[in-house]
Amino acid sequence: MDYFLELFLGGLTRGSIYALIALGYTMVYGIIQLINFAHGEIYMIGAFTALIVISVLMSTGMNPVAVILIAGFVAVIYSCAYGFTLEKIAYKPLRNAPRLSALISAIGMSLFLQNYVLLAQTCDFLPFPNLIPDFECIEPFAHIIGSTDVVILVTTAVVMIILTILIRYTKIGKAMRATSQDRVMASLMGIDVNTVISFTFILGSATAAIGGVLIASHIGMINFYIGFIAGIKAFVAAVLGGIGSLPGAVLGGFVLGWTESFATGYISSDYEDVFAFLFLVLILIFKPSGILGRSEQSKV
Amino acid sequence: MSFGGLKALDGIDLYVERGEIVALIGPNGAGKTTFFNCISGIYAPTEGDIFIMKPQAGTAKRINGLKPNQVTSKGLARTFQNIRLFQNMTVLENVMMGRHVRTNAGIAGAIFRNRKTRDEEKQIVERSYGIIKKIGLAYYVNECAKNLPYGAQRRLEIARAIATEPFLLLLDEPAAGMNPQETKELDMLIQRIRDEENISILLIEHDMKLVMSISERIYVVDYGKKIAEGTPEEIKINPEVIKAYLGEDAY
Amino acid sequence: MRKFAEIRKSLYVALWFIFLTFPIMVIRINPLEKTVEWRWMNMALVGIGTFFLSFLWRYLISKKEEGSKRAEEKQNEKISKLRRLIENRKIIAGSVVAGALLAAVFPFVVSLYQTNIMTTALIYVMLGLGLNIVVGLAGLLDLGYVAFYAVGAYAYALLNYHFGLNFWMVLPVGAALGALFGILLGFPVLRLRGDYLAIVTLGFGEIIRLILENWNEFSFGPSGISNISRPPLFGIELSVQNATVYMYYIMIFLCLVTIFIVKRLQDSRIGRAWVALREDEVACQAMGIDRTKTKLTAFALGATWAGMGGVVFAAKTTFVNPASFTIWESIIILCIVVLGGMGSVIGVITGAFIIILLPEYLRVFSEFRMLMFGIILVVMMVFRPGGIISGVRRTYKFEGKNF
Repeated sequence: MDYFLELFLGGLTRGSIYALIALGYTMVYGIIQLINFAHGEIYMIGAFTALIVISVLMSTGMNPVAVILIAGFVAVIYSCAYGFTLEKIAYKPLRNAPRLSALISAIGMSLFLQNYVLLAQTCDFLPFPNLIPDFECIEPFAHIIGSTDVVILVTTAVVMIILTILIRYTKIGKAMRATSQDRVMASLMGIDVNTVISFTFILGSATAAIGGVLIASHIGMINFYIGFIAGIKAFVAAVLGGIGSLPGAVLGGFVLGWTESFATGYISSDYEDVFAFLFLVLILIFKPSGILGRSEQSKV
Repeated sequence: MSFGGLKALDGIDLYVERGEIVALIGPNGAGKTTFFNCISGIYAPTEGDIFIMKPQAGTAKRINGLKPNQVTSKGLARTFQNIRLFQNMTVLENVMMGRHVRTNAGIAGAIFRNRKTRDEEKQIVERSYGIIKKIGLAYYVNECAKNLPYGAQRRLEIARAIATEPFLLLLDEPAAGMNPQETKELDMLIQRIRDEENISILLIEHDMKLVMSISERIYVVDYGKKIAEGTPEEIKINPEVIKAYLGEDAY
Repeated sequence: MRKFAEIRKSLYVALWFIFLTFPIMVIRINPLEKTVEWRWMNMALVGIGTFFLSFLWRYLISKKEEGSKRAEEKQNEKISKLRRLIENRKIIAGSVVAGALLAAVFPFVVSLYQTNIMTTALIYVMLGLGLNIVVGLAGLLDLGYVAFYAVGAYAYALLNYHFGLNFWMVLPVGAALGALFGILLGFPVLRLRGDYLAIVTLGFGEIIRLILENWNEFSFGPSGISNISRPPLFGIELSVQNATVYMYYIMIFLCLVTIFIVKRLQDSRIGRAWVALREDEVACQAMGIDRTKTKLTAFALGATWAGMGGVVFAAKTTFVNPASFTIWESIIILCIVVLGGMGSVIGVITGAFIIILLPEYLRVFSEFRMLMFGIILVVMMVFRPGGIISGVRRTYKFEGKNF
């Protein structure tokens, strides 16, 4: 039973991270119908920036909790900046181009960012210090859940709530929803579509960076390639839940997290990534609109 | 045909005899295009049947549930309300695409280009040009489809549909966006297609002048239901039709 | 005044990029030894670089936006000029003869190493032409192309290891297996929309690689299979030198066959259906074209060449392991097609030579190879989506002679 619980909670943690990254995919897809292939790279850059800040600050002997908070903040700022610039360079000029062109451009950007970090930093795995303190209150459950997991779960929940409020009740949220319905019409109604799109990228990048810092603390290792595989899996989560739907992305993240956790726990850990991909292929074949997505039928 | 709980089409019985020109009219949103989509296989009707009876064959064949391409190969061709041409292909190529379903060169034929394939290709070009000439697009034959004037694009859609050798042609608002002169030409063109090619025609149209002048029979639908059918003269004086078009107070 | 504003704009861009690249470009950390290295030089480079590049970027963007209409007309003119050049029989004959001579004597005038590189480039020409059928003609973005390449390579490696079959026997088997896998994968996924298709094929490619890596009993895991025999010439085993040259000629032959077949397919009933399907799927179906079958044909044909390419690759390197078949391999092949020009045979050949040969000869750049590929993909899509040599499709012109 403990083993089951451990796998369950492990899946939940994993799923939360996928959900955080998947939110970015889903928001961008909802607004401009583009699979932001470079989204995983933003997450990787967030983790790297955090590690750099941590390394610099640790040498000054600062309090670890303050360090991780500052590092997380800087990581979010930088990821947002990268997300913003990325959109301006690689996607904005292609706004009216065929979708295939934008997707190829996104792949190019992903390739560029990976190799940019590879060349400027290193290709080795770097240890990422775990600065999240141990909470005493969860001591009795320490064998099934760590304090990092708790932080991840709580942060994910908070981010989800903030995002929901932002999109449901604020003016920019309303503009985002209008833009996702019909971009041309929204701009005719006086919505600055470019700002909305930039804002969406920034929002998505921020959640990705939070995910990046959390998972780096959790796993304790990063390199330039982590963004790619995490990006693909988050995309699977987004599609699974129904791309374009925020609750869908979260749900998809959890389902994928559990699937992986149980499959590797009970079957074999060699094929961890195969399960995710197999899952993706199966969903797209049998229910391309995802769990919570609406099927769209093109009007003839 | 229903979408979720909405009944988009409810018990519309309609038939087209060989060599007839039949019109389907009704206010916007009445379900006319949905009806076409059901016939041409883009939607699978949830209820009801579509039968075709080819002149040679004695028995009627049920065709609902077939894919659009299978419906076309059975001899029903359609045009679209919002023009769907192959924009970056020439007029000739567009019509050649229509010949696709009546030809059968495969990969081997393409690679080895044997005599049969060469003959077939030649025949495709010749037949396509013949149709283009008949429709009156010969002037544009090598022009890119997207560069054609609006009226010519509509006619090209018809030409492309005829190239699939249908016995029934479904025209979805063929006169939409045409000026009176073009509409008049279209009127003549449709009649010529019926007479010379021996193709029956079912059309959706809002231009009443065109509808009244060429159709032998008219069906009127509103809110997915058939509200009247008959000859143009009968339809003109049908109170249900007037009510649907002009509202309750009109008379 | 305007000049001043432009300079100010570029200055802002430079400052922005200095800020953006600051942590990653300037600070280099070494968490093991707990040292931090500050590289202020990089900051200056980024600042100066982006300052000038931003002028270029804005100039190109404005040119693109301003003259998109005019450029189209101009391009048409250019195309017709190019086409006249291409259709000039004397020039065709001349360049074909020159090319053939060059290709024929190539292995005898350069070193073995160069011949080897050229063979690699030719393999990529073949792969590019195969992928071109899928991406360029049928408009299906296939990011798992390398899976079929792996299928071919492992088919030869395993059949050679277990049953001692030689290259010529396995070549058709590899092609057939490629096609078979293409159909198996294509059948369920080809109903999907373009961008979903890209991701599913990517997933499929990774699945194949992960299976090869983990299923030790079948594929010998990450260590791969070595000592695969080279192709024999009329049953005689050749020395390494001769085998390299022989391999080169085999590739020349296979490329010629590929070009011939791709050209013929392009101008056929099926080729037209592919192009039409890319333009408008609904209209295509209304024309009686079976969407799934037509897409499947393109997909399977593309996979066929990947399978063949895999067999040649295994025979050339005499060693295969899963590391050769990562997603990036698919992306390099995609790069070749995109850079050269989607749908254009000459474009793809040019693209393959640029992408494969340039990093080999410019060793300085080889470190930046993947970085450059990324930039190429973005820049090509933004400024020249048609590629270097945009696909000049042979349109069917009616000359009226037939009547």
